[in-house]
Amino acid sequence: MHEYSIVQALLDRSVAEARARGAVAVARICVAIGDVAGVEAELLRSAYELVREGSICARAELEVRPVPALWRCRDCGAEVASGAALRCSACGGPVRLAAGDEIVLERLELEVA
Amino acid sequence: MCEDCGCGDAALVPVEIQESLLAGNDRTARHNREHFDAHGVVAINLMGSPGSGKTALLEATARLRPELRMGAFSGDLATDNDARRLEAAGIRARSITTGSACHLDAEMVHRALHHVALDATDVMVIENVGNLVCPAIYDLGQHANVVTLAVTEGEDKPLKYPVMFRKADLVLLTKIDLLPYLDFDLAAVEDALARTMPHPRVIRISARTGENVDRWLAWLAARAASHPVSAEA
Repeated sequence: MHEYSIVQALLDRSVAEARARGAVAVARICVAIGDVAGVEAELLRSAYELVREGSICARAELEVRPVPALWRCRDCGAEVASGAALRCSACGGPVRLAAGDEIVLERLELEVA
Repeated sequence: MCEDCGCGDAALVPVEIQESLLAGNDRTARHNREHFDAHGVVAINLMGSPGSGKTALLEATARLRPELRMGAFSGDLATDNDARRLEAAGIRARSITTGSACHLDAEMVHRALHHVALDATDVMVIENVGNLVCPAIYDLGQHANVVTLAVTEGEDKPLKYPVMFRKADLVLLTKIDLLPYLDFDLAAVEDALARTMPHPRVIRISARTGENVDRWLAWLAARAASHPVSAEA
């Protein structure tokens, strides 16, 4: 369950930002999690419930924005559907993951007195 | 701010961060990679299910290529059994016990690196915790990801664990000496890998009989030759 490690990093980063900006509390934490990042949003939420207690994030709502996987041909840029063979159906070129593997802290909402 | 009574409600301030939650790990991983590069060492992150044959593969590698100066870190939740098996096979091994963690991270590898002599090493294999999920997320500073998939595990594992197989540079289909006793569909696993690996590369291998271990060794040698530092040696 690596979601605990991820959430600990999330909490550490949020607490550091809140302190640096003199916030009294964190109101909202917005993260983006790619569909093929290997992180389960539900596990992330339950891990978050445990770690936020007693911290400056105790009342902060966790907002998870899922990012769909997007495969594109390296040569011609055509989109390749997830689940299909990872070859471009238009030109036969190799494909790369253009989106969907992000585990990103996007934004915080801080309460500043 | 409360306008009615001036009670001092806090103001909400949005702050853009846009930072990977793996940024700290990735920084340490880069540091590890620089360390490997500086010593001309090729580092391999070896991943796969528990019992998929990671340790047996390394034993066979040492048996068939004794002149290869191989070092290994063995990640396990508990015991140093794998490291002891590797030491017995002539590999300089060190165990990293993770406690309850289901994967190795760059910091664990960094700490372990302080205890090994990389100058006398050609290939460093980081044998990850047996697990097809969590280890795939963490960069350790390796140059390549190798995933073992045993024919006893079932053909659809790549489809069930796409994150792991997407990151694999090479899949070793292990225990192929058992194929006569199984209903394992080789075409189905190749198809599953084509749907999960951007550059599918598979070697069917048996550590027990030694079949195709030479092909794995050739892949490893090619990997070492393409390495900027060792290429000059």
